[in-house]
Amino acid sequence: MTAAPTQPDWRDQIFEVFQDHDVKQVYHVPDAGHGRLIEACQKSNSIRTLALTTEEEGIPLAAGAWLGGQRSVLLMQSSGVGNTINLMGMPKTLRFPFLTLITMRGDWGEFNSWQYPMGQGTPKVLEAMGVLLYSVDNAAEVKATVDAAARSAFNGGQAVAVLLRQKLIGIKNFGKK
Amino acid sequence: MSKATLQRRPLVKQLLDGADDNLLVIAGLGSSNWDITAAGDRPLNMPLWGSMGAPVGMGLGLALAQPTKRVLVITGDGDMLMSLGSLATVATQMPENLAIVVLDNEKFGETGNQATHTSPRNNGPTDSGAGTDLAMIARGCGIADATTVRESSEVAELVKDVRTKKGPVFRLVKVMVEKLEFVMPPQDGAHLKDRFRQALLGHP
Repeated sequence: MTAAPTQPDWRDQIFEVFQDHDVKQVYHVPDAGHGRLIEACQKSNSIRTLALTTEEEGIPLAAGAWLGGQRSVLLMQSSGVGNTINLMGMPKTLRFPFLTLITMRGDWGEFNSWQYPMGQGTPKVLEAMGVLLYSVDNAAEVKATVDAAARSAFNGGQAVAVLLRQKLIGIKNFGKK
Repeated sequence: MSKATLQRRPLVKQLLDGADDNLLVIAGLGSSNWDITAAGDRPLNMPLWGSMGAPVGMGLGLALAQPTKRVLVITGDGDMLMSLGSLATVATQMPENLAIVVLDNEKFGETGNQATHTSPRNNGPTDSGAGTDLAMIARGCGIADATTVRESSEVAELVKDVRTKKGPVFRLVKVMVEKLEFVMPPQDGAHLKDRFRQALLGHP
């Protein structure tokens, strides 16, 4: 009997993509879904990790980082997307690369009814603001998806969001790393 | 509290006097934008025409990306009130090269000079605020070097602190309510961003 090849954790793979694309600043609010990735960034010597008081702060931070020649990523949950919408116009107005990774709630078997309105609204409001959407619900496709999103952002100059679907994150995993 | 006597235009001109490639300036929408432009438009100015609540975050992202340059954020009380949490985020990073100047005229200038929360209480039915003290808020957020400037005799030290003192430096400057000429920089955000990066990095 041979052991099945072990698939690397997708959150560790996202961290690898950040390093491949020379990401220097990562913004986040506390989030269980992104938890392991946030910790990897916090422990990294090459990435500056900033905790925000609200997701909205991440957009001007990304603009300032780009003005100064650095790439950044905003990590947030779908419930935080609504907090960003006015300033989400900045990447379009200033035409700077913007990448955000969004852990979805109110999406796949969500138990908390309060999460549904913003979770279901997330793709629509991002599209309305001109943000390019990628979506992934399969662990095996996370790395390629985030890498493609990073290319669209940093090489193609787009504002890009990757929706990490609740099916991927798994509702049972909330509260765990 | 005595009425403010400082005038924002000459004050900002002094803050930016002799600005070289080492000084990166971000100004909030409205009056602060026109103020830095009246002092002399330059590529290393990033004047905002919108994005209320954004300047402090932009200044922080820029200060962290360019630790050897001085980053100066100039904005108004209304803009600052919209992003108080960003002061706490600045305090988590303590960038030594970041200075924030809030020109506080206690009014929302762009919409017709309605009272902001920094206006005094009991100031009549349409002009009352809460006496909100933004310097105290900055200190409470963890920016220890946060003070208020009211007098012309304090301006020379203000300029020195803003341009050279180890940051983060936060200065609340009480300024007069004035009707001033709009002195406008280019409006195209992509152009403003590209000329800034060209001047700073040598490519757009």
